[in-house]
Amino acid sequence: MKTEDLKNSQEYKYGFTTDVENIRAPKGLNEETIKFISNIKKEPKWMLEWRLKAFNRLKALKEPDWQKPKYPKINYQDLYYYSAPKSASDKPKSLDEIDPKILETYKKLGIPLDEQKRLNGIAVDAVFDSVSVATTFKDELTKKGIIFCSISEAIQKHPDLVKKYLGSVIPLSDHYFATLNSAVFTDGSFVYIPPNTRCPMELSTYFRINASETGQFERTLIIADKGSYVSYLEGCTAPMRDENQLHAANVELVALDDAEIKYSTVQNWYPGDENGVGGIYNFVTKRGACRGKNSKISWTQVETGSAITWKYPSCILQGDNSVGEFYSIAITNNHQKADTGTKMIHLGKNTKSKIISKGISAGKADNMYRGLVEVKNKASNSRNYTQCDSLLMGNKCGAHTIPYIKNNNSSSTIEHEATTTKINEEQLYYCNQRGLNQEEAVSLIVNGFCKEVLQQLPMEFAVEAQKLVAISLEGSVG
Amino acid sequence: MLNIKNLEAKVDNKHILNGLNLCIKPGEVHAIMGPNGSGKSTLANVLSGKNGYDTNGEIKFDGQNLSELSTEERAQKGIFLAFQYPLEIPGVNTNVFLRTSLNSVRKAKGEKELDTLSFLKLVKEKSSELGIDEKFLSRQLNVGFSGGEKKKNEILQMKILQPKLAILDETDSGLDIDALRIVADGVNSYKNKDNAFLIITHYQRLLDYIKPDFIHVLSKGKIVKTGNSELGVELEKTGYANFI
Repeated sequence: MKTEDLKNSQEYKYGFTTDVENIRAPKGLNEETIKFISNIKKEPKWMLEWRLKAFNRLKALKEPDWQKPKYPKINYQDLYYYSAPKSASDKPKSLDEIDPKILETYKKLGIPLDEQKRLNGIAVDAVFDSVSVATTFKDELTKKGIIFCSISEAIQKHPDLVKKYLGSVIPLSDHYFATLNSAVFTDGSFVYIPPNTRCPMELSTYFRINASETGQFERTLIIADKGSYVSYLEGCTAPMRDENQLHAANVELVALDDAEIKYSTVQNWYPGDENGVGGIYNFVTKRGACRGKNSKISWTQVETGSAITWKYPSCILQGDNSVGEFYSIAITNNHQKADTGTKMIHLGKNTKSKIISKGISAGKADNMYRGLVEVKNKASNSRNYTQCDSLLMGNKCGAHTIPYIKNNNSSSTIEHEATTTKINEEQLYYCNQRGLNQEEAVSLIVNGFCKEVLQQLPMEFAVEAQKLVAISLEGSVG
Repeated sequence: MLNIKNLEAKVDNKHILNGLNLCIKPGEVHAIMGPNGSGKSTLANVLSGKNGYDTNGEIKFDGQNLSELSTEERAQKGIFLAFQYPLEIPGVNTNVFLRTSLNSVRKAKGEKELDTLSFLKLVKEKSSELGIDEKFLSRQLNVGFSGGEKKKNEILQMKILQPKLAILDETDSGLDIDALRIVADGVNSYKNKDNAFLIITHYQRLLDYIKPDFIHVLSKGKIVKTGNSELGVELEKTGYANFI
């Protein structure tokens, strides 16, 4: 349970821990743990049954091992599956009831939960270890019929919606980590946008792992009903610990006819120290279903943290004329590893998908784009455009691109472009000669490289993300 | 302004500059000519602080020892190098680059950073002086620029950054007559009694437009002959053979 001493805090400024009293489930993955979670969340019976069904399926599943970054075997019996600040065991009704230490934590992270102080136009759901501690701007959203709350609350208050959509995009026994999540998920966000409603503000969830030896398994479900629009942003940080911590979330998006969901992630989990000790294993399943005609789902991700990032935010383009987009920046430095990309599955006619992936590798890191574009036989006149660019800094890092392309419809088109470049000394010298120091020069070049993706982020976060990109690569050249 | 004493430079143990002496005063224009491989570009690189050279000797700029300063510090103190081959930086807007650069220099001087509007006004004024289309400034830095556009862009940067010493490394090579004239006009309009130029060139033709106070002939890493502007005309006729 040692915490890395804070000598590295300049490199990872979110590495602090918050000293709050916790309630934990006993260690280990078994029915008792699942019952404990379900019980403490006062879940209805159907939910517990759903979890246990997932757990039974899990027993038959094997952990996948086809990914490029290898990691030591995880002992699932040696983890805590539930950890919650004691003060939040009965969900606080107002901010005054939240442990001030937790409020302080979010303040340090630049996420004040006090609505008065919030940036205008962003509602936040804050998840601390296993529970959601606060959701802001709830009243304002309720007036429009928008539901934005923790998934635990949704299970109790909106069971029909949850029953209908939970597991409808990521089936119960999809794969090992997704199934594990279905069995033990603890909290996360729930969003429902009613028909013909444009969500008036950005919705955002901020995930924080605080406790040690604890896995974080959150579950997010977003439903955009007919003709609605929502933009959602997820951010995440964790303390610096010399153990590896598992984060296995499931995110499901459903867009009905003419609806649009824009989902942005700025992932900044602790990446481990410069020798590769510690850091988060970020094994996340994210999938969106464009279920209705003319629907659209757009994923934007800026991945700078985690020891290993292993995820493929995907779109299932069921509805005719639906659109899926994936914009990604994955930065790996020191010993970080990433195996990330997307899947675009074209089922409906005239469906379109676009993939823009920017991988940046520095230090001894390894960065992999892996993606699937599949056009099924009924998806006539569908189109995909994929562009994968890799940027290398130094001689010890790696970049790889593995596109899987399957086209079963002769009227459809798939395009794939890929480039690999290296930041060269001459470019840096040129910038230096114009008065920029090494870090400014790297930041300028890298942000230029990522521009197409950064432009997709909501404005409030684009600036933050630009800084993050620069910080993640500090000291990686020269 | 610039005082070079007995400068030696080596790359991978190969001697390139062998005891070079040069003194440049404010208001002066110096031209360096010389055959290929005589060390002209090396001199420009060493002055601007490019990595990879082992140097000996002394270079003082405004009384300060240059070897103590990093490349960016030299730039901030007013040394500007117009590159022989300006670098392409994909994804970086020319305007953004110019502004970031100008603000770094201003910050280092303790001046206030320029806001977007004032910057745009400045860049508009300077680019129209060089006949540069505004659209050109929203393109990615040097990406897909023609040779002439790249060189004009270097002169634009010079006019915006306002250096004390501008080093032009073969800025004339690859330019057609019109572009050459524009570049030369850019230099002449910037020239004043407080700044100085070091112009590296192979040909007399640039010096028809920018009249140097001194012409130095560089050979085997040393200045072997110094003269006034007539020396250039003579070189054009006779070649370097008489001097090396």
